[in-house]
Amino acid sequence: MNRTNWIKNLIVYGLLILGSLVMLIPFAWMISTSLKESYQVFATPVKWIPSPIKWHNYVETFTGLPFGRWLRNTLLVTVLNIFGTLVSCTVVAYGFARFRAKARNFLFIVMLSTMMLPGTVTMIPVFYLFKELGWVNTFYPLFVPAFFGNAFFIFLLRQFFMGIPTEMEEAAKIDGSSTVGILWRVILPLTIPALITVAILQFNGVWNDFMGPLLYLNKPELYTLALGINFFKSENNVQWNYLMAASVVTMLPSLIFYFIGQKYFVESITLTGQKG
Amino acid sequence: MSMPSTSVDRAEPSKSIRKKWFNASRKEALWFYVLISPWLIGFLCFVFGPMIASFVISLMKWDLLTPAKYVGFKNYSKAIHRDPLFWQSLKVTVTYSIFSVPLGLIFSLALALLLNQATRGMRLFRTIFYMPAVVSGVSVMVLWMWIFNPQIGLLNTVLGYFGINGPGWIFDPKWAMPSLIIMSLWGIGGGMIIWLAGLKGISPMLYEAANLDGANAWQRFRNVTVPMLTPTIFFNLVMGIVGALQTFGEAYVMTKGGPMNSTLFFNYYLFQNAFENFNMGYASALAWFLFVIILALTLVVVKSSNAWVYYEGERK
Repeated sequence: MNRTNWIKNLIVYGLLILGSLVMLIPFAWMISTSLKESYQVFATPVKWIPSPIKWHNYVETFTGLPFGRWLRNTLLVTVLNIFGTLVSCTVVAYGFARFRAKARNFLFIVMLSTMMLPGTVTMIPVFYLFKELGWVNTFYPLFVPAFFGNAFFIFLLRQFFMGIPTEMEEAAKIDGSSTVGILWRVILPLTIPALITVAILQFNGVWNDFMGPLLYLNKPELYTLALGINFFKSENNVQWNYLMAASVVTMLPSLIFYFIGQKYFVESITLTGQKG
Repeated sequence: MSMPSTSVDRAEPSKSIRKKWFNASRKEALWFYVLISPWLIGFLCFVFGPMIASFVISLMKWDLLTPAKYVGFKNYSKAIHRDPLFWQSLKVTVTYSIFSVPLGLIFSLALALLLNQATRGMRLFRTIFYMPAVVSGVSVMVLWMWIFNPQIGLLNTVLGYFGINGPGWIFDPKWAMPSLIIMSLWGIGGGMIIWLAGLKGISPMLYEAANLDGANAWQRFRNVTVPMLTPTIFFNLVMGIVGALQTFGEAYVMTKGGPMNSTLFFNYYLFQNAFENFNMGYASALAWFLFVIILALTLVVVKSSNAWVYYEGERK
Protein backbone atom coordinates (compact mmCIF):
# COMPACT_ATOMS: atom_id res chain seq x y z
CA MET A 1 0.00 0.00 0.00
CA ASN A 2 2.73 2.43 1.02
CA ARG A 3 4.73 1.53 -2.02
CA THR A 4 1.87 2.18 -4.46
CA ASN A 5 1.15 5.46 -2.69
CA TRP A 6 4.75 6.43 -3.13
CA ILE A 7 4.67 5.63 -6.84
CA LYS A 8 1.39 7.44 -7.25
CA ASN A 9 2.78 10.55 -5.56
CA LEU A 10 5.87 10.39 -7.73
CA ILE A 11 3.76 10.36 -10.89
CA VAL A 12 1.34 13.04 -9.69
CA TYR A 13 4.04 15.43 -8.52
CA GLY A 14 6.25 14.65 -11.50
CA LEU A 15 3.47 15.66 -13.88
CA LEU A 16 2.54 18.70 -11.79
CA ILE A 17 6.13 19.94 -11.81
CA LEU A 18 6.43 19.29 -15.54
CA GLY A 19 3.19 21.21 -16.12
CA SER A 20 4.40 24.07 -13.93
CA LEU A 21 7.58 24.32 -15.98
CA VAL A 22 5.59 24.54 -19.20
CA MET A 23 3.49 27.32 -17.65
CA LEU A 24 6.41 29.25 -16.16
CA ILE A 25 9.13 28.99 -18.80
CA PRO A 26 7.50 31.49 -21.20
CA PHE A 27 7.47 34.02 -18.35
CA ALA A 28 11.13 33.29 -17.63
CA TRP A 29 11.97 33.65 -21.31
CA MET A 30 10.23 37.01 -21.42
CA ILE A 31 12.01 38.33 -18.34
CA SER A 32 15.34 37.02 -19.56
CA THR A 33 14.99 38.78 -22.91
CA SER A 34 13.83 41.99 -21.27
CA LEU A 35 17.13 42.23 -19.36
CA LYS A 36 19.45 41.71 -22.33
CA GLU A 37 21.58 44.14 -24.25
CA SER A 38 20.27 44.59 -27.79
CA TYR A 39 23.20 42.72 -29.35
CA GLN A 40 22.71 39.78 -26.96
CA VAL A 41 19.12 39.17 -27.97
CA PHE A 42 20.07 37.37 -31.17
CA ALA A 43 23.20 35.68 -29.81
CA THR A 44 23.46 31.91 -30.21
CA PRO A 45 23.57 29.73 -28.22
CA VAL A 46 20.82 31.40 -26.21
CA LYS A 47 21.91 32.69 -22.82
CA TRP A 48 19.15 32.29 -20.24
CA ILE A 49 20.78 34.50 -17.64
CA PRO A 50 21.95 37.66 -19.36
CA SER A 51 25.28 39.14 -18.39
CA PRO A 52 25.38 41.96 -17.71
CA ILE A 53 21.81 42.13 -16.43
CA LYS A 54 20.51 45.32 -17.98
CA TRP A 55 17.89 46.66 -15.58
CA HIS A 56 18.20 49.94 -17.39
CA ASN A 57 16.08 48.54 -20.26
CA TYR A 58 13.02 49.17 -18.11
CA VAL A 59 13.95 52.78 -17.52
CA GLU A 60 14.63 53.31 -21.21
CA THR A 61 11.39 51.63 -22.27
CA PHE A 62 9.31 53.96 -20.16
CA THR A 63 11.24 57.20 -20.55
CA GLY A 64 12.89 57.08 -23.96
CA LEU A 65 9.87 55.55 -25.70
CA PRO A 66 6.22 56.65 -25.52
CA PHE A 67 5.36 53.72 -23.24
CA GLY A 68 5.14 56.11 -20.28
CA ARG A 69 2.44 58.10 -22.03
CA TRP A 70 0.64 54.93 -23.13
CA LEU A 71 0.74 53.68 -19.56
CA ARG A 72 -0.92 56.90 -18.34
CA ASN A 73 -3.65 56.64 -21.02
CA THR A 74 -4.31 53.02 -20.09
CA LEU A 75 -4.51 53.86 -16.39
CA LEU A 76 -7.01 56.66 -17.03
CA VAL A 77 -9.29 54.50 -19.17
CA THR A 78 -9.04 51.58 -16.74
CA VAL A 79 -9.84 53.58 -13.61
CA LEU A 80 -12.87 55.23 -15.24
CA ASN A 81 -14.08 51.84 -16.45
CA ILE A 82 -13.78 50.20 -13.05
CA PHE A 83 -15.58 53.10 -11.40
CA GLY A 84 -18.40 53.09 -13.95
CA THR A 85 -18.79 49.33 -13.84
CA LEU A 86 -18.91 49.11 -10.06
CA VAL A 87 -21.52 51.87 -9.74
CA SER A 88 -23.80 50.78 -12.57
CA CYS A 89 -23.62 47.01 -12.03
CA THR A 90 -24.23 47.27 -8.29
CA VAL A 91 -27.34 49.39 -8.75
CA VAL A 92 -28.75 47.24 -11.57
CA ALA A 93 -27.97 43.97 -9.80
CA TYR A 94 -29.68 45.25 -6.66
CA GLY A 95 -32.76 46.04 -8.72
CA PHE A 96 -32.82 42.56 -10.22
CA ALA A 97 -32.20 40.89 -6.86
CA ARG A 98 -34.68 42.71 -4.63
CA PHE A 99 -37.43 44.50 -6.54
CA ARG A 100 -40.36 42.85 -8.26
CA ALA A 101 -41.93 43.98 -11.49
CA LYS A 102 -43.91 42.14 -14.13
CA ALA A 103 -41.18 42.27 -16.74
CA ARG A 104 -38.36 41.39 -14.37
CA ASN A 105 -37.78 37.77 -15.32
CA PHE A 106 -38.13 38.56 -18.99
CA LEU A 107 -35.62 41.40 -18.78
CA PHE A 108 -33.25 39.21 -16.77
CA ILE A 109 -33.31 36.55 -19.49
CA VAL A 110 -32.79 39.22 -22.15
CA MET A 111 -29.77 40.45 -20.20
CA LEU A 112 -28.30 36.95 -19.87
CA SER A 113 -28.72 36.26 -23.57
CA THR A 114 -26.77 39.39 -24.51
CA MET A 115 -23.70 37.60 -23.13
CA MET A 116 -23.90 35.23 -26.12
CA LEU A 117 -24.12 38.03 -28.68
CA PRO A 118 -20.89 38.37 -30.66
CA GLY A 119 -19.52 41.89 -30.36
CA THR A 120 -19.09 42.23 -34.12
CA VAL A 121 -22.86 42.31 -34.66
CA THR A 122 -23.14 45.68 -32.91
CA MET A 123 -19.62 46.91 -33.71
CA ILE A 124 -20.31 48.88 -36.90
CA PRO A 125 -23.44 50.79 -35.78
CA VAL A 126 -21.87 51.58 -32.41
CA PHE A 127 -18.74 52.82 -34.19
CA TYR A 128 -20.91 55.00 -36.42
CA LEU A 129 -22.78 56.35 -33.38
CA PHE A 130 -19.57 57.34 -31.59
CA LYS A 131 -18.10 58.75 -34.80
CA GLU A 132 -21.15 60.96 -35.28
CA LEU A 133 -20.82 62.13 -31.67
CA GLY A 134 -17.29 63.24 -32.54
CA TRP A 135 -15.80 60.74 -30.11
CA VAL A 136 -13.17 59.23 -32.41
CA ASN A 137 -9.73 59.98 -31.00
CA THR A 138 -11.14 60.57 -27.53
CA PHE A 139 -11.37 58.15 -24.61
CA TYR A 140 -15.17 58.45 -24.34
CA PRO A 141 -16.03 55.38 -26.45
CA LEU A 142 -13.72 53.35 -24.23
CA PHE A 143 -15.26 54.18 -20.86
CA VAL A 144 -18.75 55.66 -21.29
CA PRO A 145 -20.38 52.25 -22.02
CA ALA A 146 -19.07 51.00 -18.67
CA PHE A 147 -21.53 53.32 -16.92
CA PHE A 148 -24.39 51.34 -18.48
CA GLY A 149 -23.60 48.04 -16.83
CA ASN A 150 -22.17 44.73 -18.00
CA ALA A 151 -24.38 41.65 -18.22
CA PHE A 152 -21.86 39.20 -16.75
CA PHE A 153 -21.02 41.39 -13.74
CA ILE A 154 -24.67 42.21 -13.10
CA PHE A 155 -25.38 38.48 -13.11
CA LEU A 156 -22.47 37.81 -10.75
CA LEU A 157 -23.48 40.54 -8.28
CA ARG A 158 -27.15 39.59 -8.46
CA GLN A 159 -26.25 35.99 -7.53
CA PHE A 160 -24.27 37.38 -4.63
CA PHE A 161 -27.10 39.68 -3.44
CA MET A 162 -29.58 36.80 -3.59
CA GLY A 163 -27.44 35.00 -1.04
CA ILE A 164 -27.71 37.86 1.50
CA PRO A 165 -30.63 37.42 3.96
CA THR A 166 -33.25 40.19 3.75
CA GLU A 167 -33.74 40.64 7.51
CA MET A 168 -31.17 43.39 7.85
CA GLU A 169 -32.66 45.37 5.00
CA GLU A 170 -36.12 45.10 6.53
CA ALA A 171 -34.78 46.32 9.86
CA ALA A 172 -33.13 49.26 8.12
CA LYS A 173 -36.37 49.98 6.28
CA ILE A 174 -38.28 50.14 9.55
CA ASP A 175 -35.63 52.53 10.86
CA GLY A 176 -36.50 54.76 7.92
CA SER A 177 -33.56 54.18 5.59
CA SER A 178 -34.09 54.96 1.92
CA THR A 179 -33.46 52.41 -0.81
CA VAL A 180 -30.17 54.05 -1.70
CA GLY A 181 -29.23 54.23 1.98
CA ILE A 182 -29.92 50.51 2.44
CA LEU A 183 -27.87 49.61 -0.61
CA TRP A 184 -24.99 51.81 0.52
CA ARG A 185 -24.90 51.03 4.26
CA VAL A 186 -26.33 47.52 4.55
CA ILE A 187 -25.71 45.65 1.30
CA LEU A 188 -22.42 47.03 0.00
CA PRO A 189 -20.33 46.25 3.09
CA LEU A 190 -21.39 42.61 2.72
CA THR A 191 -20.62 42.55 -0.99
CA ILE A 192 -16.98 43.62 -0.89
CA PRO A 193 -15.53 40.24 -2.00
CA ALA A 194 -17.76 40.24 -5.08
CA LEU A 195 -16.95 43.89 -5.80
CA ILE A 196 -13.23 43.13 -5.62
CA THR A 197 -13.73 40.30 -8.10
CA VAL A 198 -15.65 42.54 -10.47
CA ALA A 199 -12.96 45.20 -10.19
CA ILE A 200 -10.16 42.71 -10.91
CA LEU A 201 -11.97 41.10 -13.85
CA GLN A 202 -12.85 44.49 -15.29
CA PHE A 203 -9.27 45.64 -14.79
CA ASN A 204 -7.99 42.67 -16.80
CA GLY A 205 -10.55 43.16 -19.52
CA VAL A 206 -9.95 46.87 -20.02
CA TRP A 207 -6.20 46.88 -19.40
CA ASN A 208 -5.77 44.31 -22.17
CA ASP A 209 -8.57 45.47 -24.46
CA PHE A 210 -7.34 45.71 -28.02
CA MET A 211 -10.38 46.02 -30.28
CA GLY A 212 -11.79 49.16 -28.61
CA PRO A 213 -8.61 51.27 -28.75
CA LEU A 214 -7.90 49.90 -32.24
CA LEU A 215 -11.23 51.23 -33.50
CA TYR A 216 -11.27 54.60 -31.78
CA LEU A 217 -7.68 55.76 -31.25
CA ASN A 218 -5.62 56.60 -34.33
CA LYS A 219 -3.11 59.04 -32.87
CA PRO A 220 -0.02 57.43 -31.31
CA GLU A 221 -0.10 59.87 -28.38
CA LEU A 222 -3.56 58.56 -27.44
CA TYR A 223 -2.65 54.87 -27.63
CA THR A 224 -3.16 52.51 -24.75
CA LEU A 225 -0.43 50.01 -23.83
CA ALA A 226 -2.03 47.18 -25.83
CA LEU A 227 -2.16 49.31 -28.95
CA GLY A 228 1.27 50.81 -28.29
CA ILE A 229 2.95 47.43 -27.96
CA ASN A 230 1.37 46.31 -31.21
CA PHE A 231 2.47 49.54 -32.92
CA PHE A 232 5.99 49.22 -31.54
CA LYS A 233 6.14 45.59 -32.67
CA SER A 234 5.19 46.48 -36.24
CA GLU A 235 8.15 48.82 -36.66
CA ASN A 236 10.82 47.57 -39.01
CA ASN A 237 13.51 46.88 -36.49
CA VAL A 238 11.83 45.02 -33.66
CA GLN A 239 13.74 45.53 -30.43
CA TRP A 240 12.69 42.43 -28.57
CA ASN A 241 14.36 43.40 -25.30
CA TYR A 242 12.34 46.63 -25.01
CA LEU A 243 9.23 44.91 -26.28
CA MET A 244 9.57 42.21 -23.63
CA ALA A 245 10.21 44.83 -20.92
CA ALA A 246 6.98 46.56 -21.95
CA SER A 247 5.17 43.20 -21.91
CA VAL A 248 6.45 42.45 -18.42
CA VAL A 249 5.21 45.80 -17.16
CA THR A 250 1.86 45.30 -18.91
CA MET A 251 1.36 41.88 -17.35
CA LEU A 252 2.60 42.83 -13.90
CA PRO A 253 -0.52 44.61 -12.56
CA SER A 254 -2.78 41.70 -13.57
CA LEU A 255 -0.46 39.27 -11.80
CA ILE A 256 -0.17 41.42 -8.69
CA PHE A 257 -3.95 41.86 -8.43
CA TYR A 258 -4.34 38.14 -8.96
CA PHE A 259 -1.98 37.32 -6.10
CA ILE A 260 -3.66 39.82 -3.78
CA GLY A 261 -7.23 39.00 -4.69
CA GLN A 262 -6.75 35.29 -5.36
CA LYS A 263 -9.04 34.19 -2.55
CA TYR A 264 -12.07 36.26 -3.62
CA PHE A 265 -11.32 35.75 -7.24
CA VAL A 266 -11.30 31.95 -7.21
CA GLU A 267 -14.38 31.85 -4.96
CA SER A 268 -16.45 34.12 -7.16
CA ILE A 269 -15.48 32.37 -10.37
CA THR A 270 -16.47 29.17 -8.66
CA LEU A 271 -19.83 30.71 -7.79
CA THR A 272 -20.62 31.73 -11.34
CA GLY A 273 -19.12 28.57 -12.76
CA GLN A 274 -21.39 26.35 -10.72
CA LYS A 275 -24.55 28.35 -11.05
CA GLY A 276 -23.90 29.45 -14.61
CA MET B 1 -26.42 28.48 -20.04
CA SER B 2 -29.13 27.29 -17.77
CA MET B 3 -31.11 29.88 -15.94
CA PRO B 4 -30.23 30.37 -12.29
CA SER B 5 -32.53 28.14 -10.33
CA THR B 6 -32.72 30.42 -7.31
CA SER B 7 -36.28 31.50 -6.67
CA VAL B 8 -36.80 35.09 -7.66
CA ASP B 9 -39.98 35.78 -5.72
CA ARG B 10 -39.70 36.87 -2.15
CA ALA B 11 -42.20 36.78 0.72
CA GLU B 12 -45.87 37.20 -0.19
CA PRO B 13 -47.34 40.48 1.08
CA SER B 14 -49.87 40.15 3.86
CA LYS B 15 -53.51 40.04 2.72
CA SER B 16 -54.83 42.30 5.45
CA ILE B 17 -53.22 45.35 3.86
CA ARG B 18 -54.45 44.67 0.39
CA LYS B 19 -55.12 48.26 -0.56
CA LYS B 20 -51.72 49.37 0.56
CA TRP B 21 -50.16 46.35 -1.16
CA PHE B 22 -51.30 47.65 -4.52
CA ASN B 23 -49.52 50.93 -3.97
CA ALA B 24 -46.47 49.30 -2.51
CA SER B 25 -46.12 46.94 -5.45
CA ARG B 26 -46.38 49.78 -7.93
CA LYS B 27 -43.79 51.65 -5.96
CA GLU B 28 -41.60 48.56 -5.94
CA ALA B 29 -41.91 48.15 -9.71
CA LEU B 30 -41.02 51.80 -10.15
CA TRP B 31 -37.90 51.32 -8.04
CA PHE B 32 -37.05 48.26 -10.12
CA TYR B 33 -37.08 50.28 -13.32
CA VAL B 34 -35.18 53.15 -11.75
CA LEU B 35 -32.47 50.84 -10.51
CA ILE B 36 -32.07 48.86 -13.73
CA SER B 37 -32.36 51.96 -15.94
CA PRO B 38 -28.59 52.21 -16.60
CA TRP B 39 -28.60 48.71 -18.05
CA LEU B 40 -31.90 49.21 -19.87
CA ILE B 41 -30.72 52.43 -21.54
CA GLY B 42 -27.36 50.85 -22.37
CA PHE B 43 -29.10 47.81 -23.79
CA LEU B 44 -31.32 49.92 -26.05
CA CYS B 45 -28.49 52.25 -27.20
CA PHE B 46 -25.55 49.87 -27.45
CA VAL B 47 -27.13 46.46 -28.08
CA PHE B 48 -30.71 46.36 -29.31
CA GLY B 49 -30.68 49.50 -31.46
CA PRO B 50 -27.30 48.67 -33.04
CA MET B 51 -28.50 45.10 -33.70
CA ILE B 52 -31.43 46.38 -35.75
CA ALA B 53 -29.15 48.91 -37.44
CA SER B 54 -26.60 46.19 -38.16
CA PHE B 55 -29.20 44.11 -39.94
CA VAL B 56 -30.38 47.10 -41.98
CA ILE B 57 -26.76 47.94 -42.89
CA SER B 58 -26.23 44.33 -43.99
CA LEU B 59 -28.81 45.00 -46.73
CA MET B 60 -26.88 48.02 -47.92
CA LYS B 61 -23.79 48.95 -49.82
CA TRP B 62 -22.16 51.53 -47.59
CA ASP B 63 -18.65 52.89 -47.13
CA LEU B 64 -19.47 55.07 -44.08
CA LEU B 65 -18.86 58.30 -46.07
CA THR B 66 -21.12 58.31 -49.12
CA PRO B 67 -24.88 57.59 -48.80
CA ALA B 68 -25.83 53.95 -48.37
CA LYS B 69 -27.51 52.09 -51.22
CA TYR B 70 -30.09 49.35 -50.68
CA VAL B 71 -29.01 46.06 -52.28
CA GLY B 72 -31.29 43.51 -50.63
CA PHE B 73 -29.66 40.21 -49.72
CA LYS B 74 -26.83 40.65 -52.22
CA ASN B 75 -24.19 40.84 -49.47
CA TYR B 76 -25.31 37.47 -48.16
CA SER B 77 -25.36 35.79 -51.55
CA LYS B 78 -21.99 37.32 -52.41
CA ALA B 79 -20.47 35.69 -49.31
CA ILE B 80 -21.91 32.28 -50.16
CA HIS B 81 -21.48 32.22 -53.93
CA ARG B 82 -18.65 34.52 -54.90
CA ASP B 83 -16.23 34.94 -52.03
CA PRO B 84 -13.69 32.16 -51.52
CA LEU B 85 -12.16 34.12 -48.62
CA PHE B 86 -15.47 33.91 -46.75
CA TRP B 87 -15.24 30.11 -46.89
CA GLN B 88 -11.53 30.17 -46.09
CA SER B 89 -12.12 32.33 -43.00
CA LEU B 90 -14.97 30.07 -41.92
CA LYS B 91 -12.74 27.02 -42.39
CA VAL B 92 -9.92 28.60 -40.38
CA THR B 93 -12.20 29.57 -37.50
CA VAL B 94 -13.98 26.23 -37.38
CA THR B 95 -10.69 24.30 -37.57
CA TYR B 96 -9.28 26.34 -34.73
CA SER B 97 -12.39 25.81 -32.62
CA ILE B 98 -12.59 22.07 -33.34
CA PHE B 99 -9.06 21.57 -32.07
CA SER B 100 -8.55 24.24 -29.43
CA VAL B 101 -11.85 23.77 -27.56
CA PRO B 102 -11.78 19.97 -26.99
CA LEU B 103 -8.01 19.93 -26.42
CA GLY B 104 -8.39 22.77 -23.95
CA LEU B 105 -11.18 20.91 -22.15
CA ILE B 106 -9.21 17.67 -21.95
CA PHE B 107 -5.95 19.22 -20.81
CA SER B 108 -7.58 21.51 -18.26
CA LEU B 109 -9.61 18.60 -16.85
CA ALA B 110 -6.47 16.46 -16.65
CA LEU B 111 -4.72 19.28 -14.81
CA ALA B 112 -7.63 19.68 -12.40
CA LEU B 113 -7.73 15.92 -11.72
CA LEU B 114 -3.99 15.89 -11.06
CA LEU B 115 -4.27 18.87 -8.78
CA ASN B 116 -7.10 17.20 -6.92
CA GLN B 117 -4.74 14.28 -6.18
CA ALA B 118 -2.08 16.52 -4.68
CA THR B 119 -2.27 16.71 -0.94
CA ARG B 120 0.54 19.20 -0.51
CA GLY B 121 1.32 22.26 -2.56
CA MET B 122 -2.15 22.34 -4.10
CA ARG B 123 -2.41 26.12 -3.65
CA LEU B 124 1.04 26.73 -5.10
CA PHE B 125 0.39 24.63 -8.20
CA ARG B 126 -3.03 26.15 -8.65
CA THR B 127 -1.50 29.62 -8.58
CA ILE B 128 1.15 28.64 -11.14
CA PHE B 129 -1.28 26.96 -13.54
CA TYR B 130 -3.68 29.87 -13.39
CA MET B 131 -1.00 32.53 -13.99
CA PRO B 132 -1.06 32.37 -17.82
CA ALA B 133 -4.85 32.73 -17.77
CA VAL B 134 -4.56 35.95 -15.76
CA VAL B 135 -2.47 37.72 -18.36
CA SER B 136 -3.98 38.17 -21.77
CA GLY B 137 -4.05 40.39 -24.77
CA VAL B 138 -1.35 41.88 -26.93
CA SER B 139 1.50 41.40 -24.46
CA VAL B 140 0.85 37.65 -24.44
CA MET B 141 0.67 37.54 -28.23
CA VAL B 142 3.91 39.47 -28.56
CA LEU B 143 5.55 37.11 -26.09
CA TRP B 144 4.41 34.13 -28.15
CA MET B 145 5.65 35.69 -31.38
CA TRP B 146 9.02 35.79 -29.70
CA ILE B 147 8.64 32.19 -28.49
CA PHE B 148 7.72 31.12 -32.05
CA ASN B 149 10.65 32.97 -33.61
CA PRO B 150 12.09 30.37 -36.01
CA GLN B 151 15.75 31.31 -35.54
CA ILE B 152 16.19 31.92 -31.83
CA GLY B 153 12.74 31.59 -30.31
CA LEU B 154 12.18 29.58 -27.15
CA LEU B 155 10.52 26.61 -28.88
CA ASN B 156 13.19 26.06 -31.51
CA THR B 157 15.92 26.67 -28.94
CA VAL B 158 14.52 23.95 -26.69
CA LEU B 159 13.93 21.62 -29.66
CA GLY B 160 17.53 22.33 -30.68
CA TYR B 161 18.75 20.94 -27.33
CA PHE B 162 17.28 17.62 -28.48
CA GLY B 163 18.78 17.94 -31.95
CA ILE B 164 15.44 18.70 -33.57
CA ASN B 165 15.24 21.30 -36.30
CA GLY B 166 12.01 23.11 -35.42
CA PRO B 167 9.55 24.40 -38.06
CA GLY B 168 8.84 28.02 -38.93
CA TRP B 169 5.78 28.06 -36.62
CA ILE B 170 3.58 31.08 -37.35
CA PHE B 171 5.59 31.85 -40.48
CA ASP B 172 4.90 28.46 -42.06
CA PRO B 173 1.45 27.98 -43.70
CA LYS B 174 1.35 24.38 -42.45
CA TRP B 175 2.32 25.24 -38.88
CA ALA B 176 0.64 28.58 -38.28
CA MET B 177 -2.69 27.07 -37.20
CA PRO B 178 -1.15 24.41 -34.91
CA SER B 179 1.01 27.18 -33.42
CA LEU B 180 -2.02 29.22 -32.41
CA ILE B 181 -3.70 26.11 -30.98
CA ILE B 182 -0.58 25.36 -28.92
CA MET B 183 -0.59 28.94 -27.72
CA SER B 184 -4.24 28.70 -26.68
CA LEU B 185 -3.40 25.69 -24.50
CA TRP B 186 -1.08 27.84 -22.40
CA GLY B 187 -4.17 29.53 -20.97
CA ILE B 188 -6.05 26.41 -19.85
CA GLY B 189 -5.75 27.47 -16.19
CA GLY B 190 -9.01 29.37 -16.59
CA GLY B 191 -10.94 26.23 -17.41
CA MET B 192 -9.03 24.30 -14.74
CA ILE B 193 -10.33 26.56 -11.96
CA ILE B 194 -13.90 25.84 -13.00
CA TRP B 195 -13.22 22.07 -13.18
CA LEU B 196 -11.75 22.22 -9.68
CA ALA B 197 -14.92 23.86 -8.43
CA GLY B 198 -16.96 21.12 -10.09
CA LEU B 199 -14.77 18.39 -8.59
CA LYS B 200 -15.11 19.88 -5.12
CA GLY B 201 -18.87 19.71 -5.49
CA ILE B 202 -18.90 15.92 -5.87
CA SER B 203 -19.91 14.22 -2.64
CA PRO B 204 -17.21 11.87 -1.25
CA MET B 205 -20.02 9.48 -0.39
CA LEU B 206 -20.46 8.67 -4.07
CA TYR B 207 -16.84 7.54 -4.26
CA GLU B 208 -17.16 5.53 -1.06
CA ALA B 209 -20.22 3.79 -2.44
CA ALA B 210 -18.36 3.06 -5.67
CA ASN B 211 -15.44 1.68 -3.66
CA LEU B 212 -17.78 -0.63 -1.75
CA ASP B 213 -19.04 -1.90 -5.08
CA GLY B 214 -15.44 -2.70 -5.99
CA ALA B 215 -15.03 -0.04 -8.69
CA ASN B 216 -11.48 0.62 -9.88
CA ALA B 217 -10.03 4.06 -10.52
CA TRP B 218 -11.15 4.17 -14.16
CA GLN B 219 -14.68 2.98 -13.29
CA ARG B 220 -14.94 5.62 -10.56
CA PHE B 221 -13.86 8.26 -13.05
CA ARG B 222 -16.18 7.00 -15.76
CA ASN B 223 -19.25 6.44 -13.59
CA VAL B 224 -18.99 9.02 -10.82
CA THR B 225 -16.69 11.88 -11.81
CA VAL B 226 -17.79 12.32 -15.42
CA PRO B 227 -21.57 12.26 -14.84
CA MET B 228 -21.28 14.59 -11.88
CA LEU B 229 -19.10 16.96 -13.91
CA THR B 230 -21.47 17.21 -16.89
CA PRO B 231 -22.85 20.63 -15.82
CA THR B 232 -19.26 21.92 -15.75
CA ILE B 233 -18.48 20.29 -19.10
CA PHE B 234 -21.55 22.03 -20.47
CA PHE B 235 -20.50 25.43 -19.12
CA ASN B 236 -16.89 25.13 -20.29
CA LEU B 237 -17.98 23.83 -23.70
CA VAL B 238 -20.42 26.68 -24.41
CA MET B 239 -17.99 29.33 -23.20
CA GLY B 240 -15.15 27.70 -25.16
CA ILE B 241 -17.09 27.58 -28.43
CA VAL B 242 -18.40 31.13 -28.15
CA GLY B 243 -14.89 32.40 -27.36
CA ALA B 244 -13.02 30.42 -30.02
CA LEU B 245 -15.39 31.42 -32.82
CA GLN B 246 -14.67 35.07 -32.06
CA THR B 247 -10.86 34.86 -32.17
CA PHE B 248 -9.48 38.13 -33.50
CA GLY B 249 -6.33 39.41 -31.78
CA GLU B 250 -4.16 36.41 -32.69
CA ALA B 251 -4.80 37.06 -36.37
CA TYR B 252 -4.49 40.83 -36.19
CA VAL B 253 -1.44 41.03 -33.97
CA MET B 254 0.52 37.87 -34.78
CA THR B 255 -0.09 36.71 -38.34
CA LYS B 256 -2.18 39.29 -40.22
CA GLY B 257 -4.23 36.30 -41.37
CA GLY B 258 -1.24 34.74 -43.10
CA PRO B 259 0.83 33.05 -44.24
CA MET B 260 -1.29 32.27 -47.31
CA ASN B 261 -4.54 32.97 -45.43
CA SER B 262 -3.87 29.97 -43.19
CA THR B 263 -4.95 32.00 -40.13
CA LEU B 264 -7.56 34.23 -41.75
CA PHE B 265 -9.95 34.13 -38.81
CA PHE B 266 -13.56 35.06 -39.47
CA ASN B 267 -13.56 38.10 -37.21
CA TYR B 268 -10.30 39.33 -38.71
CA TYR B 269 -11.70 39.02 -42.22
CA LEU B 270 -14.79 40.88 -41.03
CA PHE B 271 -12.61 43.63 -39.54
CA GLN B 272 -10.63 43.94 -42.78
CA ASN B 273 -13.86 44.36 -44.71
CA ALA B 274 -15.23 46.94 -42.31
CA PHE B 275 -12.26 49.08 -41.36
CA GLU B 276 -9.67 48.50 -44.08
CA ASN B 277 -11.89 48.23 -47.17
CA PHE B 278 -14.90 50.11 -45.72
CA ASN B 279 -17.44 47.57 -46.95
CA MET B 280 -19.74 48.18 -44.00
CA GLY B 281 -22.68 46.37 -45.58
CA TYR B 282 -20.70 43.27 -46.39
CA ALA B 283 -19.02 43.25 -42.98
CA SER B 284 -22.41 43.50 -41.27
CA ALA B 285 -23.67 40.55 -43.30
CA LEU B 286 -20.59 38.59 -42.17
CA ALA B 287 -21.35 39.50 -38.55
CA TRP B 288 -24.87 38.09 -38.94
CA PHE B 289 -23.46 34.86 -40.38
CA LEU B 290 -21.29 34.51 -37.30
CA PHE B 291 -24.18 35.36 -35.00
CA VAL B 292 -26.39 32.70 -36.58
CA ILE B 293 -23.59 30.13 -36.38
CA ILE B 294 -22.97 30.86 -32.69
CA LEU B 295 -26.69 30.83 -31.97
CA ALA B 296 -27.19 27.52 -33.79
CA LEU B 297 -24.24 25.85 -32.07
CA THR B 298 -25.30 27.11 -28.66
CA LEU B 299 -28.83 25.86 -29.26
CA VAL B 300 -27.53 22.44 -30.34
CA VAL B 301 -25.45 22.19 -27.15
CA VAL B 302 -28.27 23.48 -24.95
CA LYS B 303 -30.89 21.19 -26.53
CA SER B 304 -28.63 18.16 -26.41
CA SER B 305 -27.73 18.95 -22.80
CA ASN B 306 -31.03 17.43 -21.65
CA ALA B 307 -29.66 14.10 -22.78
CA TRP B 308 -26.19 14.29 -21.27
CA VAL B 309 -26.06 16.91 -18.53
CA TYR B 310 -27.00 15.66 -15.08
CA TYR B 311 -28.19 18.26 -12.54
CA GLU B 312 -28.17 16.87 -9.04
CA GLY B 313 -30.87 19.16 -7.66
CA GLU B 314 -33.16 18.64 -10.62
CA ARG B 315 -36.46 16.82 -10.26
CA LYS B 316 -37.35 14.47 -13.08
